[in-house]
Amino acid sequence: MADLPVVLRPSLIEGNKSLAQVTRDVCGGLEGKPTPLWWAGFLISFSVLIVGIAAVTYEILTGVGTWGVNRTVGWAVPITCFVFWIGIGHAGTLISAILYLLRQRWRTSVNRSAEAMTIFAVICAGIFPVVHLGRPWLAYWLFPYPNTRGTLWVNFRSPLVWDAFAIGTYFTISLLFWYLGLIPDLATVRDVARPGPRQRFAALFSLGWNGSARTWQRYEVVYLLLAGLATPLVVSVHTIVSWDFATAVIPGWHSTIFPPYFVAGAIFSGLAMVLTLMLIARKTMRLEQYITIRHVEVMCKLVIATSGMVALAYATEYFTALYSANPYELFAFLNRARGPFAWTYWTMVSCNVLVPQLLWSKRLRTNTLVVFVISILINVGMWFERFVIIVTSLHRDYLPSSWSTYSPTPIELATLAGSFGLFFTCFLLFVRFLPVIAIAEVKGVLKDGWLKPEARRPVPWVREPAGAEVLTYKSAAEGVQQ
Amino acid sequence: MSRRVFLGIFGNEEDILAATRAAREAGYKISDVYTPHAVHGLDAALGLRRSRLPWICFLAGLTGAVLKVWFEFWTTMVDWPVNVGGKPWNSLPAFVPVTFEVMVLSAGVTTLFAFLVVARLWPGHKPALPQPGITDDRFVLALEEADAAFDAARVRRLLEKFHVVEVEEHLQEEAA
Repeated sequence: MADLPVVLRPSLIEGNKSLAQVTRDVCGGLEGKPTPLWWAGFLISFSVLIVGIAAVTYEILTGVGTWGVNRTVGWAVPITCFVFWIGIGHAGTLISAILYLLRQRWRTSVNRSAEAMTIFAVICAGIFPVVHLGRPWLAYWLFPYPNTRGTLWVNFRSPLVWDAFAIGTYFTISLLFWYLGLIPDLATVRDVARPGPRQRFAALFSLGWNGSARTWQRYEVVYLLLAGLATPLVVSVHTIVSWDFATAVIPGWHSTIFPPYFVAGAIFSGLAMVLTLMLIARKTMRLEQYITIRHVEVMCKLVIATSGMVALAYATEYFTALYSANPYELFAFLNRARGPFAWTYWTMVSCNVLVPQLLWSKRLRTNTLVVFVISILINVGMWFERFVIIVTSLHRDYLPSSWSTYSPTPIELATLAGSFGLFFTCFLLFVRFLPVIAIAEVKGVLKDGWLKPEARRPVPWVREPAGAEVLTYKSAAEGVQQ
Repeated sequence: MSRRVFLGIFGNEEDILAATRAAREAGYKISDVYTPHAVHGLDAALGLRRSRLPWICFLAGLTGAVLKVWFEFWTTMVDWPVNVGGKPWNSLPAFVPVTFEVMVLSAGVTTLFAFLVVARLWPGHKPALPQPGITDDRFVLALEEADAAFDAARVRRLLEKFHVVEVEEHLQEEAA
């Protein structure tokens, strides 16, 4: 037997784990004290978040005049951040929903954290347009509701209204999808966590899950349905975001390529962010056997593919501008590459098109440090892509008399930093308090999930699940007789 | 009255799948199967009916979309028509994006809540776990004693063929 050639693919999860080991590896990480690395990350993120809150508070109390936006460049860093964060969220849905529909079983190690990333990114994104309103306390005017203004309804022909509906729906569906996946894992936490607030919390939110085959069957159906709904949803959301621009007549915005261009860019940037977070999580939470080099490699290949799509979109934009013979369109694109914001344009091209090409090399894409640096550079590049689209198109449009320039104020930059603070604060709290790996899904892809007696050795921080209530069933040994 | 319940505890999904199939073919009454993760093919082995949740999803999506289209026409054409840039009252193409979003929202939310209702999951619901460790690494097949022909020794022999780790015999109180 031993000399049979190995034709099977290697297991997705390394270390020849038993089911019980998966439970203990993931739930054990929640029990012990946080590592110094976690505390350092949390304190830095939280401080940055405080700075962001202060900046937003000051801006709301004073007005949007505290920002560098002006009558020509009316949308700048805040809307750049909005598009950036929404884009980050999309890769989470790609991994959780689209790869699920495509039966990519490697996703199970990363889908929980990718979905969490989606939710936190959408929260970060949602803040910017609301703050940008100037009077954020009237944000509910975006939704149609009977009001005392004669019931003046919203204009359903406006992409900004579409956007409010798209982001609202996206957030809700992402949250429900994430929670649905968490229910079986919270039940596991309920049964193995030490008694205390964490165990009670898990018991409350696991809704009495008992792993019955009927429930699992319905769960799988609902999971598939939500994945099927989330897939067109993610495409629609970024399409609608791109329509915020494409329906305007600004040269550089008014283009039919925008929806696919934005969706590809969103997934590209989101994949880079997933890589960043994955590499942080596997290092700080010691999950190297779950998030393996193979996962990193697969993600890198997706990054190469989406980088190619983004490069194609950049080239197509130029070709269309040239081929249209429209002087305004041509000027807008030459201005991007050679105007006052040329440095942002070339940052974008080098980070998004040139740098990812390094990942073609197997040696580089299996080196986590290199991949980490590349993923950060792509994040920077994709932030600048949105900045280029927004600011370079706006600052010089048709009338040279209304041309202007733009530079962000410290308040805007503090708001930008604060959104990163919020994102990482939420993410670090998530890895501390919820199972960061989808336990039940990983168990489903373990090739050899045998009940190994030695794996059930009591582990100090994990209680044997004896405390789980045994209802209705009474042991015959106790002599319960009619 | 009380009835006997046999719990066969298995260590992996292949065994529980084969044991379930065999128990059903042998004509035993399977009260339920409990697993730590979704086991593919278990619904077929148990002969479970297909879930009707896709219909709920479809109907909820359809209802949401229809109501939204009606609402968009009613607000922009009937209740207070506002001329926006000379665009027609009937702007059906412009109504598509919001209709789509509302369709997805209503289908997704309704399906999830319908699932929680039919699967009897709600906050504070005490889990009815026949065996601790189901959410960890145990696969449990629960067989009920349905009639006088039920033979405990034969059940044991059947389950042992599929590497059962442990067979437990319980008396379950019949609900009054």
